[in-house]
Amino acid sequence: MPVLSVRDLVVEFPNRRGVARAVDGVSFEIDPGEVLGLVGESGAGKSLTGAAIVGLLPPPGRIAGGAILLDGERIDALPPHRMRAIRGRRIGMIFQDPLTALNPLFTVGQQLIETMRAHLPLSHRQARERAIAWLAEVGIAAPSMRVDAYPNAFSGGMRQRVAIALALCAEPRLVIADEPTTALDVSIQAQIVALLRRLARERGTAILLITHDMGVIAETADRVAVMYAGRIVEIGSTRAVIDSPSHPYADGLMASIPSLDRPVDRLRQIDGAMPRLDAIPAGCAFHPRCPSAFDRCRVERPELRDVGPTRSACWLGQGHG
Amino acid sequence: MPVLLVVGFIAFALSDFVGDPVLLYLGQDQTQEQREALIRQLGRDRPIFVRYADYVWGVLHGDFGISYAAREPVGQLLMQYLPATLELAGIASALAVAVGVPMGVYTAIHRNTLLSRVFMIGSLIGVSLPTFMLGMLLILVFSVWLGWLPSFGRETVLSPVLPAVTLAMFQMTMIMRLVRAEMLEILRAEYIRFARARGLSDRAIHFSHALKNTLVPVMTIIALQFGGIVAFSLVTETVFEWPGLGRLLVKSVASADGPVMSAYLLLTALLFVTINLVVDLLYFAIDPRLRLPRGGA
Repeated sequence: MPVLSVRDLVVEFPNRRGVARAVDGVSFEIDPGEVLGLVGESGAGKSLTGAAIVGLLPPPGRIAGGAILLDGERIDALPPHRMRAIRGRRIGMIFQDPLTALNPLFTVGQQLIETMRAHLPLSHRQARERAIAWLAEVGIAAPSMRVDAYPNAFSGGMRQRVAIALALCAEPRLVIADEPTTALDVSIQAQIVALLRRLARERGTAILLITHDMGVIAETADRVAVMYAGRIVEIGSTRAVIDSPSHPYADGLMASIPSLDRPVDRLRQIDGAMPRLDAIPAGCAFHPRCPSAFDRCRVERPELRDVGPTRSACWLGQGHG
Repeated sequence: MPVLLVVGFIAFALSDFVGDPVLLYLGQDQTQEQREALIRQLGRDRPIFVRYADYVWGVLHGDFGISYAAREPVGQLLMQYLPATLELAGIASALAVAVGVPMGVYTAIHRNTLLSRVFMIGSLIGVSLPTFMLGMLLILVFSVWLGWLPSFGRETVLSPVLPAVTLAMFQMTMIMRLVRAEMLEILRAEYIRFARARGLSDRAIHFSHALKNTLVPVMTIIALQFGGIVAFSLVTETVFEWPGLGRLLVKSVASADGPVMSAYLLLTALLFVTINLVVDLLYFAIDPRLRLPRGGA
């Protein structure tokens, strides 16, 4: 059974002029120990998908349709106190900016201890011992000393390690990592990604890795889902999506990754910008920017379907071209 | 220290120029000899800077001079009136903090409830109503109409209630609005979102994580307000005939009693300087970012 199963998720933001659909019918599953990468431009709805899963949509956002199942149990309509018991305990979260994610007035030990004690039946002393063990696990030197240090005594990369310890310390089944490396130095990104992946492997924790960085995805994810304007346009194994993307948007995205073995003069770019939520075009949302768009793309919206190694939402190669 | 010296000089100049003690002591029927003898006796024939040095020296030894009106050492006079003011300021501050902080937290967390709106509108009234007006209203309601509480003096246990509430009202509403504004700001912080994602209870998030961060800036205001309460309680003290420093000041202004006024000024300056120092030290205790990093980063 998959750890997480998202079915036809719809996230809406009511506003004065009506309702904006930020996530529109997204479905995917993640198995134990698997890393699913969710990629796309800013505003594609990937972070909101993550926020919807943990029940922390920024107001006035709301889940307007679909279902979210954690270990087979529906969690999308739970009352707040039950959702709180799931957050941290069964779903851990890692945010983008480690410099602001930790409370500056509490020691890292205090923050680890309160998280564990909120979810696990531990005495203060046991929790403290575990906190030290966790700091060691995420690669903090001299953990029994650093446990009493405040976040300001840690560098950005070290703080992200602490944040990973915080997300994992109650041993959740699923970790949602929302742009975990974006705010870090390039030299540290790889370490953080490797750490996250190793910890998840060892514990069988599933990871939803939200990022716009294809490099991070290529290194870490088992499978990739590419989002555009609130919908998944292509999903499949990382290798297949990177090597032979079939959706033109995914293709454009992959072509924008620089490669070490194939020298290129200029990286390709996708012209134009993603549509605003209140002006999503009819048919395929990508058609105004698509180099291969034809009549059908402007009228009818394509659904995801199997196209060889991946599943893609595109009319190309479906009878007419 | 420099602040105190400057204030000291102003205070000294005040006592030197305001009111002629010779005139006050001798009255109208003075002879020239009496006059000159007294001027020498008071040391007023010496140059101003010598007298200033003398004054500073005296102040450092606890000697603020002699009150012209009461003909008592000013130090003793202040000590008589100080406890009443401190009592009033202490009760008022405690009240303002004890009510203002929870109200601020409440209105920040439950922004759109009816009670929050009532608090917010009430606080506008509290901020804008002049102290003497509020004092008189309270006297009217609780002393004249209801007869529950004494309206003046400092004789019974209940005496401080009305003046303290009057004095606290402004601070309370200020603290409430400040706590609310800071709290709203902090609740948007990333670490609050992360705390929620870690599954902490609302209670822990609001009262431990958010409130502690809120208190850093709020503390300064509360402390400075305390100085303000002590220093400027004269309106309230006058309305309620509370025998404190404010009353003493009003009386000494009326009788052009220079030494008392300057001592009051010095005391107020000392109070503010001390409070600032205490606040800086408290910052250190609360906020680890201000401490020097110990043992490697």
